[in-house]
Amino acid sequence: MIPTSYYIILSSILFGLGVIAFVFKRNIITIFMSIELMLNAVNLAFVAFSRALGRLDGQVFVLFVIVVAAAEAAVGLGIVILIARNRQSLNVERVDLLKL
Amino acid sequence: MSFLYANAFLLISLLKIIIMVFLVLTVNAYLTWFERKVVAHIQSRWGPHRVGPHGLLQPLADGAKFLLKEDPTPAGADKFVYFLAPLLSLALALTSIAIIPFGPDPLPWLILGQKIYLGITDLNIGILGLFAITALGVYGIALAGWSSNSKYPLMGGLRSSAQMISYELAMTMSVVGVLLTASSFSLRDIINAQAGSHGLFGWQGIFSWNIFAGPLPQILGFLCFYVAAVAETNRVPFDLAEAESELVAGFHTEYASFKFAMFFIAEYTSMITVSCLCSILFFGGWLSPFPPSWTFTFYLPSLILIPFGAWVIWDGLKYETMIGKAILPVIGLVMLGIGGALIALPALNSFIQGPFWLLSKILTFLFVYVWMRGTLPRFRYDQLMSFGWKLLLPVSLANVVITAGAILWRGY
Amino acid sequence: MSAPLLVFIVLAALAVGGALNLILQKHPIHSALSLIVVMVALAGLYLLMGAEFVAAVQIIVYGGAIMVLFVFVIMLLNAGIEEHTNFSKLAGFAGIPLALVVTGFIAAAITHANDNVLAASQTGAVAPTKDLSMMLFREFVYPFELTSFLILIAIMGALVLAQREHR
Repeated sequence: MIPTSYYIILSSILFGLGVIAFVFKRNIITIFMSIELMLNAVNLAFVAFSRALGRLDGQVFVLFVIVVAAAEAAVGLGIVILIARNRQSLNVERVDLLKL
Repeated sequence: MSFLYANAFLLISLLKIIIMVFLVLTVNAYLTWFERKVVAHIQSRWGPHRVGPHGLLQPLADGAKFLLKEDPTPAGADKFVYFLAPLLSLALALTSIAIIPFGPDPLPWLILGQKIYLGITDLNIGILGLFAITALGVYGIALAGWSSNSKYPLMGGLRSSAQMISYELAMTMSVVGVLLTASSFSLRDIINAQAGSHGLFGWQGIFSWNIFAGPLPQILGFLCFYVAAVAETNRVPFDLAEAESELVAGFHTEYASFKFAMFFIAEYTSMITVSCLCSILFFGGWLSPFPPSWTFTFYLPSLILIPFGAWVIWDGLKYETMIGKAILPVIGLVMLGIGGALIALPALNSFIQGPFWLLSKILTFLFVYVWMRGTLPRFRYDQLMSFGWKLLLPVSLANVVITAGAILWRGY
Repeated sequence: MSAPLLVFIVLAALAVGGALNLILQKHPIHSALSLIVVMVALAGLYLLMGAEFVAAVQIIVYGGAIMVLFVFVIMLLNAGIEEHTNFSKLAGFAGIPLALVVTGFIAAAITHANDNVLAASQTGAVAPTKDLSMMLFREFVYPFELTSFLILIAIMGALVLAQREHR
């Protein structure tokens, strides 16, 4: 009923928007959220292909991607908290030098 | 006309949703009356008894108050999130009612060519859908606490959401034992699995419910689930984050009138959902506690309704106020009428058995909720968190492992 | 305009709208809320494709745990509105059209591909959770155990990072 290419185009649009957000935003947390958006776009592509091919491998891989994203978000936000504590700012343009 | 038949499923679902929302809101209103009366009687006082006979019109007065009070917005609050938080809580709480099945058989008539089951839908991933809705419910509280731009709501909101995500884990793990027994996520399948099992010592009825039968009686699972669910719904003894003596009113300090009413309704609706879940998952749902071969127990609803209706009429006739003398006998007569109709029409009687038992179990669990509110003191916050992480979560994990071992050992 | 196509268009519009809102909003909490909308819309799309377990896991884990973590961090760090720094106009003029052209090019290349896979219609038939779990615990048991290791390492890492300085 709905061709697979529609889902793939939606996935690429979301991925492109994630890249734009990653490049143009200055708040570290928002950049992190754009990474999650890109991972979600990839998940959508995985599930679409898994249904098109009639196999379940894609959906199992989506579960792994979700787990990896969770682990990465936990550690990454820990690092963000430390940066905010040390530099008192969440602006990436302030954390581009190793020197405080 | 053919438009109706072509979109029959959609229209019937819409109708069911509207009816269900009205029913849930009415039950919520009278649940508040019930709670106030029971807690009052536990504390040796009357509770509401002036507004209408036995205080039965108190919810109407409360509703009028909520609609007519002033609705201030705190200065510096993030307006969009401030408006969104109670809406989110209420929408999620009401959505969870859609997944619960209320009766086994469809209605005897076909409407627009469709069989009408009691219950809006039956998802393949029934219980997972409920957990998804519960997981999203954390946002209502966290965002409410943050958007009020004030100390006490922020503290209360953060504490409350941390509590909710901790007990969510224990809640989902404690249900896995039931899922292993039933081999399905769907709530109807879980109840049917309890109906089909042979029960403890081969006895049917109450002894085939999940809490007494199956590869392993799910007593530990039920206790973990109930405690975790009470903590999820932020009720006593886990309501530190919204208690009056601790943090003014926690995350809903800055909310007044209608927005507070939305939080209130969301809390009571999630109480109802948890009671439904307990009865469905562990206590057999719509299954009667008597074996199915004892058909004389079908007259039990009438046996309860007719004396109760007669008592209400007698109490109404000697009530003090005129309104009481007018309303209560009418209510009593309606109960007598329903009881008599059930005896006279055996088809209606056998149809009403399932929903009757489910409703009685739900009312029992709601009574236990209110009873706990009247009697138990509340946990301190660090005790609460260590209880959730260090006791409930390992116990529910152990329950999963032991249940799986029992299934393998007994060869189910 | 069949019902599945209508549902797809609504959910896709929600997802793209949420992603655009993530870029356009100034306060990180509004961006976080938009991302939650995107995730719920994607869960709806997974349901439309018949992947019901993945949809439930998406809402429970992504929407109910990971995004809650983001929202907590934003609240705890008191992240405010982004500061206004010098935004390079050249980057804006050249970059955004270029990004759109690249996306359009990829989309065109995909739709004109000669592969049967992409033209295959999604039937929406439901994928049983039982088959998914059989595959997860048989063919994929080794990566599954490794992910449990990964989560353990992440927990330890987060604990170490969030420690207070103790001298």
